[in-house]
Amino acid sequence: MDQQHIRNFSIIAHIDHGKSTLADRIIEKTGLLTQREMQEQVLDNMDLERERGITIKSQAVRTVYKAKNGEEYIFNMIDTPGHVDFNYEVSRSLAACDGAVLVVDSSQGIEAQTLANVYLALDNDLDVFPVLNKIDLPSAEPERVAEEIEDVIGIEAMDAPRISAKQGIGIDDVLEDIVSKIPAPDGDADKPLKALIFDSLYDSYKGVIVFIRIMDGSVKKGDRVRFMATGKSDNVVEVGYFGAGQFIPCDELTTGMVGYICASIKDLKETAVGDTVTNDQNPCDEALPGYRKVNSMVYCGIYPADAAKYSDLRDALEKLQLNDASLVYEPETSAALGFGFRCGFLGLLHLDIIQERLEREYDLDLVTTAPGVVYKVYKNDGSVIELTNPANLPDPSEIEHMEEPMVAAEIMVNTEYLGAIIKLCQERRGIQIGMDYIETTRVLLKYDLPLNEIIYDFFDALKSRSRGYASFDYELKEYVPSQLVKLDILINREYVDALSFIVFKDSAYERGRKMCEKLKGEIPRHLFEIPIQAAVGGKVIARETVKAVRKDVLAKCYGGDISRKKKLLEKQKEGKKKMRQIGSVEVPKEAFLSVLKLDSED
Amino acid sequence: MGKHISIYIHIPFCIRKCRYCDFLSFPVENHDLNSYFNALKREIREETETAGRTADTVYFGGGTPSCVPPRFILEVMEELRKKYRITEDAEVSLEMNPGTLKDDGPVIYRDAGINRISLGVQSLNDVTLKRLGRIHSAFDVKKTYETLRTAGFNNINCDLISSVPGESSTDLKRSLDGIVAMDPSHISVYSLIIEPGTPLYDEYKGGGLTDLPNEDETADNDLMIINTLDAAGYERYEISNYSLPGKACRHNEAYWQRKEYRGFGPGAASLVGHRRFTNTRNMEEYKNKPGGILAEDIHLTKREEMEEFMFLGLRECKGVDKNDFYRAFGHDITDVFGAEIEKQKEKGFMEEGSGRYFYNTKGLAVSNVLMADFIEA
Repeated sequence: MDQQHIRNFSIIAHIDHGKSTLADRIIEKTGLLTQREMQEQVLDNMDLERERGITIKSQAVRTVYKAKNGEEYIFNMIDTPGHVDFNYEVSRSLAACDGAVLVVDSSQGIEAQTLANVYLALDNDLDVFPVLNKIDLPSAEPERVAEEIEDVIGIEAMDAPRISAKQGIGIDDVLEDIVSKIPAPDGDADKPLKALIFDSLYDSYKGVIVFIRIMDGSVKKGDRVRFMATGKSDNVVEVGYFGAGQFIPCDELTTGMVGYICASIKDLKETAVGDTVTNDQNPCDEALPGYRKVNSMVYCGIYPADAAKYSDLRDALEKLQLNDASLVYEPETSAALGFGFRCGFLGLLHLDIIQERLEREYDLDLVTTAPGVVYKVYKNDGSVIELTNPANLPDPSEIEHMEEPMVAAEIMVNTEYLGAIIKLCQERRGIQIGMDYIETTRVLLKYDLPLNEIIYDFFDALKSRSRGYASFDYELKEYVPSQLVKLDILINREYVDALSFIVFKDSAYERGRKMCEKLKGEIPRHLFEIPIQAAVGGKVIARETVKAVRKDVLAKCYGGDISRKKKLLEKQKEGKKKMRQIGSVEVPKEAFLSVLKLDSED
Repeated sequence: MGKHISIYIHIPFCIRKCRYCDFLSFPVENHDLNSYFNALKREIREETETAGRTADTVYFGGGTPSCVPPRFILEVMEELRKKYRITEDAEVSLEMNPGTLKDDGPVIYRDAGINRISLGVQSLNDVTLKRLGRIHSAFDVKKTYETLRTAGFNNINCDLISSVPGESSTDLKRSLDGIVAMDPSHISVYSLIIEPGTPLYDEYKGGGLTDLPNEDETADNDLMIINTLDAAGYERYEISNYSLPGKACRHNEAYWQRKEYRGFGPGAASLVGHRRFTNTRNMEEYKNKPGGILAEDIHLTKREEMEEFMFLGLRECKGVDKNDFYRAFGHDITDVFGAEIEKQKEKGFMEEGSGRYFYNTKGLAVSNVLMADFIEA
């Protein structure tokens, strides 16, 4: 098929505005799959995504659409994650596209991530056209939302398709708009191969599968390709395109096409996302600009609950990293938890997802320590440490000063909850930068916030204080000097390195007190009394006590029913096994995340 | 092993189920009792493995064995006598609820050979009885008890439940004193367990049991019970059981000492040789093939038997005997459980004397935690 009949696009939206549902409808309407084959949401093929209702890993799908003008078009739809943590993945997916469909919920209007995603799309020079979704809802106000889009984003929206992806209303209009409003890919078929790697995947049969968008030239089986960043070259053993959830081999990928190549590559690191693929014999003169390297925003320690599973955890992390270049990790040792890894994530949701995937897909039982941000420690000797693990903080006498990361946050909120949200931002040491009324009832708040104040539960607090009517997006801004101290926890008088965290000096007492209270609730009663203490610089600032157990709750023995009694004792024993031994105290793994829940009683 | 056996007979009928009870039991009203007892007698009749053994103890449990016409109990005993040698001095117990004793009960039970009654008193406080869903009153307890004593039943146990929601320790003490005043030979005190599948559990889940005593109150109650009964001459011989000298329940001791037992009736468990098996709890299945359908059938490994030896034997205040362990398993107890025993002794929960290891009062209170140490999971 010629270049003029290819449309490469993404669907972008705020979370829950209906992006995945629209993608499913497009797949349905373009007849790639029969109704019967349609799973609930074809693009979200990981269990985890389905349960959370979000799309984690960008994926692509190719469908064929017969337009009203009678001609057939190839649609390459590249799915993007909707959450703030994954801006990096969004931007790399967008780079492979020529346009984007902006889905806006016509009852809710523009949200923080709507804006963030549109800016990313415009940064990538994409043509964006809007679609007003959920018009079947009684609260839908498509006219108002269209106006809002024109006012706030500045793109034409009055004739935007009014649709209900859920009910299948208006999908044909979207398909026609894709043909008419998204440009065909440009690029020169006669030039040497120049293709962008926008994703990659490790498959145990095919090896590394490289997702590419052909900018110039073409690639076919048997070609020798070169990865320009690493300089490595390999023979292409397969080329193909993306069915729904499957790889469909074809003869050749030509200019403008989106597809994949396999080249018996074992190590995913050779195929960095953002790198340019070219022909080894006939290379292009210049690589594509690629992507900015993302830095991990949040770090935590991940340990196997069973120390013997250390190598399983290492293997699992290696495999996950194959499919998720934004995950970083390095080995570390904790006195309390043994051998594990310090892992870096794009944000807290990313952390959550990786943890769940490790537990679910790799069947690992994990102990996770409280997440923290990267602090810069300026020492008296002039050196600077990037601190990712609180346990590694140098002695205070060696520290000249410390810096913490600030983010620029945008919060969209109804005026009704404005006061509550401003108060929340103040509590989290926020500095107000701006406050713009988008319409009479909605405000865009701009704040600079310390990242360590938002990684724990800011999002939840925001939702609960606005009854779900606030949305939020942020990006890293700068490092600023700050008064920070390390808060240590002692359980039964033993220092527990895995529970230490860095905290703003003025919050240390409050945090320490709450931490002791939380741990008191998490640590079960033992046969002896257990003091729990919080300390800063060796000075105890808070204390709680877990009292000794005095009496079994279940002591009865039912005549000859010994099996039942035994099961009870086994359960008791199993419960013990799931805990971590700190000295003679058994600590449940949940306790290591106690710090996350300190502010949960809003 | 000798040719001795303990026998358990399950009578799964009650007038009405109590709110805390998760035992297998059906409403006695409308139930075809003849068909049940025919099945039960058939199971006994068809038993071969333990046939001809000497039965030292027989125990009718439930349910409420006293709520069925006493002649059924007599018939079951007759069937048992055809299969086993029930000695003159055998302990033959029957569980009874206050207010369910039939007029012809005392005479027929006597004929049947019943010589021990376990009376489900649970409390002498009518508010507490109601909260538990018991159908009787404190007055019924006294009446039934007097009838039994007048009829010559002198070996009587009274069951009591502690830690009932809403009950103060003063109320509990009053019930306990009332029972002591009745002078039974044996008293069992169990703290209430909220078992899943019971109405009480549903109330608990629904947030309705806000007046449930906490761990400290329960522990204090236990100390009060131990002291009160000790002062009245009742010896604590197991976590929940107290008796006048020589009146410990031999049937229950058989369980704790891992002697062989054979249980008849739906849901009844047996230990014969190295095998433990449990009848189906499904009444229809049971009646169709009495003893032929099992809910559980396990061949115990030596390790499992050793674990049971510990967690059952240590329930008794006299604990476990080193020589018994060696005789049963051919290993020194310290070779198998030395580390656990040392740890528990060191922490002050276990003591050693006269060739035995046993828990002290402090240890008995937290025995679940301690006994779990002996389990290899």
